[in-house]
Amino acid sequence: MSTTVQTQTPSAETSEPPVRRKRKGGGAGSAALTLFTWLLALGFFMPVLWMVLTSFKQEADAASNPPKFFFTPTLDQYKAVFEAGAGGYLWNSVIATVVSTILVILLAIPAAYAVSIRPVEKTKDVLFFFISTKMLPVVAVIMPIYVVAGKLKVLDNIWTLVFLYTAMNLPLAVWMMRSFFQEVPREVLEAAQMDGASLMTTMRVVLIPMVAPGIASTALICVIFAWNEFFFALNLTAADAATVPIMLVSTMTSEGLYLARLSAASVLASLPVVLAGWIAQKQLVRGLSMGAIK
Amino acid sequence: MRNSTAAPDRVRGRHRTAVRRGAWWQALLLALVTGFAMTGCAASADETKDEIVVAIVSNPQMQDAMELQDEFAKAHPDVNVKFVSLPENEARAKITASVATGGGEFDVVMISNYETPIWAENGWIENLQPYIDKTEGYDDQDFIGSIRNALSYEDDMYSVPFYGESSFLVYNEEMFEKAGVTMPENPTWPEINELAAKLDDPDNGVSGICLRGLAGWGEVMAPLSTVMNTYGGGWFDEDWNPTLTSPETKQAVNEYVNLVREHGQPGAATSGYGDCITRYSQGNAAMWYDATAMVSSIEDPASSTVAGKNGYAPAPVMDTEDAGWLYSWSLAIPSTSDHKDAAWDFVSWMTNKEYIKLVGERFGWERVPPGSRYSTYEVPEYREISQAYAQPTLDAMDGASQESSMTHPVPYEGLQFVAIPEFQDLGTRVGQQISAAVAGQITVDEALEQSQAYAEQVARTYQREEGQ
Amino acid sequence: MSTSTGAARTGRPRKSRAQAPRRSDAWQRRLPLLPALIFTIVATQIPFLITIWYSLRSWNLLNPASDVFVGLSNYIEIFADRTFRQVAMNSVIYTLGCVLIAMVLGILFALLLDRKFLGRGVVRTLLITPFLIMPVAASTLWSVSMFNPTFGLVNWFLGIFGIPAVDWTSSHPVVSILIALVWQWTPFMMLLILAGLQSQPKDVLEAAQMDGASSLQTFFFITLPHLRRYIELSVLLGAIYVVNTFDQIYLMTAGGPGTSSANLPYYIYQRAFLGFDIGQAAAMGVVVVIATIIIANFALRLIFKGFMSTEQN
Repeated sequence: MSTTVQTQTPSAETSEPPVRRKRKGGGAGSAALTLFTWLLALGFFMPVLWMVLTSFKQEADAASNPPKFFFTPTLDQYKAVFEAGAGGYLWNSVIATVVSTILVILLAIPAAYAVSIRPVEKTKDVLFFFISTKMLPVVAVIMPIYVVAGKLKVLDNIWTLVFLYTAMNLPLAVWMMRSFFQEVPREVLEAAQMDGASLMTTMRVVLIPMVAPGIASTALICVIFAWNEFFFALNLTAADAATVPIMLVSTMTSEGLYLARLSAASVLASLPVVLAGWIAQKQLVRGLSMGAIK
Repeated sequence: MRNSTAAPDRVRGRHRTAVRRGAWWQALLLALVTGFAMTGCAASADETKDEIVVAIVSNPQMQDAMELQDEFAKAHPDVNVKFVSLPENEARAKITASVATGGGEFDVVMISNYETPIWAENGWIENLQPYIDKTEGYDDQDFIGSIRNALSYEDDMYSVPFYGESSFLVYNEEMFEKAGVTMPENPTWPEINELAAKLDDPDNGVSGICLRGLAGWGEVMAPLSTVMNTYGGGWFDEDWNPTLTSPETKQAVNEYVNLVREHGQPGAATSGYGDCITRYSQGNAAMWYDATAMVSSIEDPASSTVAGKNGYAPAPVMDTEDAGWLYSWSLAIPSTSDHKDAAWDFVSWMTNKEYIKLVGERFGWERVPPGSRYSTYEVPEYREISQAYAQPTLDAMDGASQESSMTHPVPYEGLQFVAIPEFQDLGTRVGQQISAAVAGQITVDEALEQSQAYAEQVARTYQREEGQ
Repeated sequence: MSTSTGAARTGRPRKSRAQAPRRSDAWQRRLPLLPALIFTIVATQIPFLITIWYSLRSWNLLNPASDVFVGLSNYIEIFADRTFRQVAMNSVIYTLGCVLIAMVLGILFALLLDRKFLGRGVVRTLLITPFLIMPVAASTLWSVSMFNPTFGLVNWFLGIFGIPAVDWTSSHPVVSILIALVWQWTPFMMLLILAGLQSQPKDVLEAAQMDGASSLQTFFFITLPHLRRYIELSVLLGAIYVVNTFDQIYLMTAGGPGTSSANLPYYIYQRAFLGFDIGQAAAMGVVVVIATIIIANFALRLIFKGFMSTEQN
């Protein structure tokens, strides 16, 4: 990991080395390439744009052939989504996402400490154990979880989702936090310990402030995965604990027009994560690579 | 939430005691406790009101019921209803899993005459007869006889019908006139085949017939099973030997698959009830053999271009007198429910005579849930709009019995299904094979041989029981 | 499931410690790990043990009487099931297809973004969005708004070029799902590769240009080898997520027509929640878990070696 060169810092947007600029001096070629890039990006983005457009249509406009690009926009679909009780779904999603993320961070920080700064024996095995749970197909354990949750009377309970989302994101978080801890200079920690600070004090006063950006980046990834999670929500919730993805599924009916309303619900459902991802693009890269890419 | 503010406080404090070692635990514990406290609050907030959770299939008639919630709330201000509404397959999966494992998420579930006797026997759903008997004016004798029987176990009703259906054949009279053909009074499948060949007009986007091809025991296997029955084939013989590769079954399946492949709708392998509604009501099919409940959609002038132009014939036959199926979407109360009285309040509201009037007056009479009560067919407004199909529907439902629709006795209940727990799975897997044959990916013989293998796995259990 | 190797090696990090406090020191080191470790074990391993138990029983949820011990017969039935083999193949097609195509597109996008041009930040933002859209929303977006045979955008677009309408999700279900998956995972690949591109030592590139290497040569002989580890990492991480794809299949085709577009997770889900054959679904789950662990352990150690070997361990 330490061989990976720091990337985002200087090179990205601002200070381009002069040599590289010389290379793409050819004005026409460069402009064509820029145009091509833009067209490609717009084409790739088209489905999202279409979803947003559709969400402002009336149902009849949404299901027209050929597709309508110009129409009188309306907020009716958004109103309908909220009238159908979107608030409850959103609140459940917020609880499941926020609480599970807090729990993940609380559990991951000490664990990451124990596999990086003062490592336990068999650190590697511990790490591989964590990541191997991430690869298990969830579907293989859904039945036992369902049956046990039923016995404990916690089906359709948002705290069941909190528990499972914590378990789902914890391995990722341990790996990520570990990579951030490894960047902390040893001398700082040793100095703190020389001063007689205990382990917990060192952790809270010295370590955590230093890796605060890392915590933010870890939290972002956990939020994304928890917010978008569908499989557990589908099988373990019904009315009280249903989250936003379930709202989307129940917007679909076997007959009748529902396209515009579904689009409005989709936009609402995706918005929080899309915004978070747009704002924190740099943290995203590091999070997605489980800390391996800096 | 509180733990996030608690942590910095402790950071600032400089005590060096054992307390701090437990800080993570404390924070964790705090988070959990706060969490459970919050659920506690949420649960106790509605203590005064009975809250019931109702799981239904999101078909149009059920959506109407959801829209009429205000009316229920007016009559029962002390009951708070929450709906979980999902498409058929998803709803069935959730409801079955919940009821079978005692998950207890639901107080009212929508099931059918397939599940009712099995679940009643397992003790998973409440006996509704005591509730029915003490509810004045509910009149369970008004339920259509064959449906009432199908939803009973040991003479007590365990679920009550929201709507009921058999199957018949609808045809577009204009197209028949134009083609110069007429529908026989009691058509046979070879006659239907001939008619479909004459009416098939792919250049104008009209197929001779629409038939379900979508995998699923509630999709392609429903009409196909009735064809198998009338040809003298079927799922199992009297001794539980699977008969999916018998000459009769093979002939029936070949007839069905060839008909839909040659003169049926394009893309039939993914076409189910919903798709056929759209095609037939947009004038893209000349005939359609399916559920009698179709009338609510194809006779509704608001969404159908063929409303009022249709003729109805009984389910096509071969070696039997009748061939229709029998099905009902009905409401039951799982034994795990903690609010059984409130649940019954809701169930009886949604299945009584007044509800039918309410729908008729609020949304129009063609939209009332059909096939559940005789009294529906005596309402003058409904009789007027349903002239063309009311009698065919009642006839089909009365004729839907094993005696008149099968050539030989079978050891199970059911017409278009086999009322054993394993059938849901078996029917779905066989449906997948048939669907693949409709798509042309495998031959009918291949599909049936694999199906026979699946059926043999199931049959073993029952043959063993017989042997004992 | 992970305690396979390394057991022989003894606690390497304790070298400088004194003998006496060793034991308590070891526990001090372990203590912070325990909450997370115990939590993960409880949440993932116990259910899996129950799954193994279920897999040895013949339990049809709808038939309470059927719940008896049957040994390995569920496993034998799986290997005789033609459909299981077919959906396993689909799993491979989805995973490899999605990861490879998304990788090629990701490299292309990353290369386009690795130069300065007007609105580069905006383009990058547009390109990462598909990854951030909720997968359930993306699936319905593709199956309804894009691929719908009558009013879908894709057929309309193809119609401009005179290509007749295609019923995407029923005639080409695997391709349709693959398109939706690639659309979602390309940004992931792009971001990781872009990070790799930007970490290239600039002096090497300069030197190559001084020596008169063409852009193509620079790409194949310098950039690509440098990207290798990034590509491996992205492929592995992408595969971990894609192999467990469920949302797209559930919402776009429900595994159909028949079972032609189901993958292993979806098929197991169907066996459990539509077939209610818990015994067999559990046995399939166990088979898939074992296969995943074998493949993943191998791949993970191989690929992470690159990123981990340079550390102090």
